[in-house]
Amino acid sequence: MSKEPVAVVGIGQTKHVAARRDVSIAGLVREAARRALDDAELTWADIEAVVIGKAPDFFEGVMMPELYLADALGAVGKPMMRVHTAGSVGGSTALVAASLIAGRVHGTVLTLAFEKQSESNAMWGLSLPIPFQQPLLAGAGGFFAPHVRAYMRRSGAPDTVGSLVAYKNRRNALKNPYAHLHEHDITLEKVQASPMLWDPIRYSETCPSSDGAVAMVLTDRAGAARAPRPAAWMHGGAMRSEPTLFAGKDSVSPRAGRDCAADVYRQAGIADPRREIDAVEMYVPFSWYEPMWLENLGFADVGEGWKLTESGVTELDGDLPVDMSGGVLSTNPIGASGMIRFAEAALQVRGLAGEHQVEGARRVLGHAYGGGSQFFSMWLVGAEPPTS
Amino acid sequence: MTRDIAVVAFAQSDTLRSTEEVSEVEMLMPVLHDVLARTGLKTADIGFTCSGSSDYLAGRAFSFTLALDGVGAWPPISESHVEMDGAWALYEAWVKLRTGDADTALVYAYGKSSPGSVRDVLTRQLDPYYVAPLWPDSVALAALQAQALIDAGETDEPALAAIGARSRATDNPRAQPRGPVPRGDYVVRPLRTGDCPPIGDGAVAVVLAAGERARDLCGRPAWIRGLDHRIEAHSLGVRDLTDSPSTRLAAERAGAFERPVDTAELHAPFSAQEVVLRRALKLGGDVRVNPSGGALAANPMMAAGLARIGEAAARIHRGESDRALAHATSGPCLQQNLVAVLEGDPR
Amino acid sequence: MSAVLKAPVTVEFPFTRSLGPVQSAFLTGLRERVVLGVRTGDGRTLVPPVEYDPVTAEEIRDVVEVAPTGTVTTWAWNHAPRRGQPLAGPFAWVLVRLDGADTALLHALDAPGPDAVHTGMRVRVRWAEERTGAITDIACFEPYDGEAGQLTGGTGEFENPVGGIVAPARLDYTYSPGRAQTAYINALADRRTVGERCPSCRKVYVPPRGACPTCGVATEERVEVGPGGTVTTFCIVNIKAKNLDIEVPYVYAHIALDGADLALHGRIGGIPYDQVRMGLRVEPVWTEGGRYPDHYRPTGEPDGDYDMYKELL
Repeated sequence: MSKEPVAVVGIGQTKHVAARRDVSIAGLVREAARRALDDAELTWADIEAVVIGKAPDFFEGVMMPELYLADALGAVGKPMMRVHTAGSVGGSTALVAASLIAGRVHGTVLTLAFEKQSESNAMWGLSLPIPFQQPLLAGAGGFFAPHVRAYMRRSGAPDTVGSLVAYKNRRNALKNPYAHLHEHDITLEKVQASPMLWDPIRYSETCPSSDGAVAMVLTDRAGAARAPRPAAWMHGGAMRSEPTLFAGKDSVSPRAGRDCAADVYRQAGIADPRREIDAVEMYVPFSWYEPMWLENLGFADVGEGWKLTESGVTELDGDLPVDMSGGVLSTNPIGASGMIRFAEAALQVRGLAGEHQVEGARRVLGHAYGGGSQFFSMWLVGAEPPTS
Repeated sequence: MTRDIAVVAFAQSDTLRSTEEVSEVEMLMPVLHDVLARTGLKTADIGFTCSGSSDYLAGRAFSFTLALDGVGAWPPISESHVEMDGAWALYEAWVKLRTGDADTALVYAYGKSSPGSVRDVLTRQLDPYYVAPLWPDSVALAALQAQALIDAGETDEPALAAIGARSRATDNPRAQPRGPVPRGDYVVRPLRTGDCPPIGDGAVAVVLAAGERARDLCGRPAWIRGLDHRIEAHSLGVRDLTDSPSTRLAAERAGAFERPVDTAELHAPFSAQEVVLRRALKLGGDVRVNPSGGALAANPMMAAGLARIGEAAARIHRGESDRALAHATSGPCLQQNLVAVLEGDPR
Repeated sequence: MSAVLKAPVTVEFPFTRSLGPVQSAFLTGLRERVVLGVRTGDGRTLVPPVEYDPVTAEEIRDVVEVAPTGTVTTWAWNHAPRRGQPLAGPFAWVLVRLDGADTALLHALDAPGPDAVHTGMRVRVRWAEERTGAITDIACFEPYDGEAGQLTGGTGEFENPVGGIVAPARLDYTYSPGRAQTAYINALADRRTVGERCPSCRKVYVPPRGACPTCGVATEERVEVGPGGTVTTFCIVNIKAKNLDIEVPYVYAHIALDGADLALHGRIGGIPYDQVRMGLRVEPVWTEGGRYPDHYRPTGEPDGDYDMYKELL
């Protein structure tokens, strides 16, 4: 028995901003869902099931919000599921939806991820008090900055690499109408002059806090044949998890990330990712994670990732563009960020990425991670249906 | 052609009013060891792992990440988590096995209701604009449903009391209340203490396996003949609270009506909800309903639905059932429902 | 073994919720003592009004007025109101179908007792004296013996529509850290850092979390570690967090205590922040009554060699 091929035939996202004060939570998710349906030229009745993802419920103060969102997403009378795998959730959610197609449970599925961070304050949601524990930090930057320092020590990368990533991603965002940050006057000097928040991480090398949603319509071969626009085909997808903290954990290049990528490449028949993959939408919430993940995902040898960044390989017109959309560094509705990577990868192989389209992108990797660099989800999408 | 998938093992903790001496992972881990021991599998042998839990019960964001410590996720594992009852984690695992990506799955769920006030915590899952600001607690909403049933002539208070009494008369050693529970005083009228689930902490785990692997791991696998779930509109005011169309539809899709079942494990936290479910599922008087005692005997939040599937499967494993229905619910007044149909090989 | 540790935790936040057009119209109407519903494509009137049809999923925007009077469709007597609920004294929860509506609204009914409440009874809105544009602008319902209330006949549009609500939410929890962490915390009270060794892989976990996360088994054998340790990596924190009483800049470090197999996290003091380095040898500094070391300071020993601690990074 072989799996049913999975196609992405509809993609929609909101214009990501700091606060969408004009819509309810339902209105926000609806906007992305509606755009995905329009892209696929489908109606609510065509959708058989809904798979939704988001990060912690405390961010909006609504427990299991999918219950309240069932009506807005046309899910009444249908199966609806809610995935939560920390920061990787957007990717995991898409993969759960893809399994419904691959396992021939459903023919056409709507998958969606969102965060409306303006309802509360992510810093608050992430720093709920825990008695008997010393409060040392607030926010994710301080958690990840020591790992960045460890990477710098290990690789000998020059201090400037992080600023190059931020400068690139923010310029890419200018070509993406949905990106949150549109810094028209961005310069490398401005990035490098921005304040150190969690040394070695500068303000301009951190992600914003966004309100946003993204949705995709996934379907089977028959659905793809009916689709009005080119489909993106899933060639491989995987999730891997390892514990948060443990003796021997490599926080710079976690094994779960390496294993996850290897599984995806195996499924897709990729032997040399650096040559065979055309572009990557990578989950980079702090700029230094680009060189770190380039190594973790097998695009560079250990200690060499920063050289790809430094030499311009990951630029939009480089040999391996990374975060063409501007990435998490330019847009971060936390629970949606992983699915935005997956969706942007699909847009590229469909040739529908607009100004940030990579010419001739045939195979693109979408990547997400979360928790203490422990949850990974990835998919590889192609312009052609999988052969096997 | 799809693969045959079965529940091959089930384990659960005691459900206790308080488990303050152990952390969530300390509560969960023995259950994981138990369920794996029943199959002889180790974590590394498992193809896919999926869990269900809630941050809001724990009062902490990302609470499930610490529970993962109990799994021993090293080398890294293929793993996912739903912010739902573990029955939906089982659904995700079942789908994963259907794709052929894995042959075995570990599914677990846990919940500690004791740290917070679960009646108040559950108000946070209601419409955040019109309903949550009024803080209507879970018993109040169930009471509105019970009164609607009484008004419709579907039940009365003595009949509800009988459901509570029958549920707690179970010989299930894992049941939380020991001995008979009096009908008690009104909590929110018409529901009395005896109509409401005990508040407790607990953990549940099952192992799924596909095809021949299932037969290797279990003498009499509980084959999942059908599995489906459906959601209804959120607002109570637009629903007919005396009916559960989503349960009926899920049961239809799961093939529950093709042949009679001999046993039904229903996730009805409140006595009146059993009345709704029996009707929606067209259960005859000859069906053994909730021999485990159901959620009225033990209701570990986020795990009680998975426990229904586990209990039904265990009866098939033991040869006490040949075809069983298991049901799980989520949301206020049975908003979302899952139905599994399980069968044992002919004896 | 000493008593179980536990402590209260309050999870509280004033959520700021934007409303969108339909909910804004409804809540603005309540502020003006007008009840609005929304009309679906097939002519049903939904009160309270929602943005999307629960049956067809179509977007609905056709706002219409309904009466402030209606009929109870089901009820439940709440003799012991809980925090945040609409009335302080005993009341009935009710679903009310307002005159002109096809669906019911959940709220409270002020009635003398359960005997005074029944399904089918007539009720009307009792308006709150101070109204801000929130569901609580309806103070509650009250019994009412009359015909359907009058409509205001307005357009349903008002000056200064409400764009959002602030929804304060407080939940109280009791946190208990469990067996392993309790032992760790209790040892800290004696100024000792005690980890636990995994019976399978023999690694020493500090702080212990009850399970060896790679082996999935309980750690039980207690092992005192430190007091000295090595800074494996760190960052310099330059932004002051609202809820933290720590002056910036300060150094947040991963510290591998001698004898531990992974680093714990702590603050480095007693040295200018810009002189902290990977490999720095440190020891804990305790304060009177502190539950954990206030910070770690240099011991003056030579720095640890990178090869010695790189596995603990």
